[in-house]
Amino acid sequence: MLDVKAGDEASFNLLLQKYRTPLVNFLYRMVRDSGTAEDLAQEVFLRVYRARKQYSPSAKFTTWMFRIATNLALNSVRDNRFRRMQVSLDAPVEEDEPPIQVPARDMRIDEHMVERDRAEFIHRAIAALPEKQRVAVLLHKYEEMDYGEIARILECSESALKSVLFRAYETLRVQLAPLVAGSVVHRAGEGRTL
Amino acid sequence: MKCDDVSRELIAYLDRRANSADRAVVEEHLKDCAACRSRAEDFRKLWSLLDEVPAHEPSFGFDARLRQRIASEPRPRWFAWLVPRPRLAFTMALLVALSVWMSRSPQNRPTNFANAPSEEEQFQMIDHLGVLENFDLLSKSDVLSELPARTPQEKAPPDDEAQPKGDGG
Repeated sequence: MLDVKAGDEASFNLLLQKYRTPLVNFLYRMVRDSGTAEDLAQEVFLRVYRARKQYSPSAKFTTWMFRIATNLALNSVRDNRFRRMQVSLDAPVEEDEPPIQVPARDMRIDEHMVERDRAEFIHRAIAALPEKQRVAVLLHKYEEMDYGEIARILECSESALKSVLFRAYETLRVQLAPLVAGSVVHRAGEGRTL
Repeated sequence: MKCDDVSRELIAYLDRRANSADRAVVEEHLKDCAACRSRAEDFRKLWSLLDEVPAHEPSFGFDARLRQRIASEPRPRWFAWLVPRPRLAFTMALLVALSVWMSRSPQNRPTNFANAPSEEEQFQMIDHLGVLENFDLLSKSDVLSELPARTPQEKAPPDDEAQPKGDGG
């Protein structure tokens, strides 16, 4: 990034090549729309380009970039939700999406998958998490960032982040129980909900 | 240690980022707690499940569109350094406004000679200067402050004293 700051266009291209896919991926998982995800990713790179002269290496470049991406994605999700609320002002009150139908524990997974795509089921479980938990899971699981970096992006302590991650994975474990493993059914009696 | 206390370190233990001390604590707990052992195993399976979600690749024209947007960005001009920064310009404007206001405030205005006492009035003041100086001296004298305070009866003279005693006085 310091080379980009010095006006090296080739370095900006390297940044683009390195972070384009993870960034679009992250944004797609946040907003769940490929067009919007790409638009937001372009906006992130554009902001990085505009701010290159003011960049100071006080924080890691990825922390800075993903913080921009997180803020843009959350604003987009909120705006979209608000827009849909305005459109359906006269319509009966409904949730943004129908709730995830968690299959019964004794139901065979393949029966459930007839109705719903497996990946979509997982996507929706992640999307149903509260904002902070969702960002934490995406950065931890898919971007494999360390705790310090994720904590700086979410502006919380590492200790708080660990609690957020635990709650998020615990929710996903329950929501996706039929997919996690058949063994969960056998251990239902052993399990203890925190 | 209780399950709730271990839960915070459980994720870091499973992704192998916990330090050795925390790792030992969690391992010790997992030996004795079947519920947490089961949860830990489920988390591992959950992570494998999350890996099944396919990555979303950017579209073919992503780079081209971005370069187009960058190219359409306004270029910095050669005289850009002459243009003051917004904060600096605001501060300068504020300072100018403050100095104008200060120069127009009443205490800084020149004396209004139209209201100055006339020469005759000045002579009268000089005539009464002795009286004025004595009054000033007496009013600031400590001796007066040491005098006993007068009661309200003393302060208000009786009616007959207040009346003028005829023309003879």
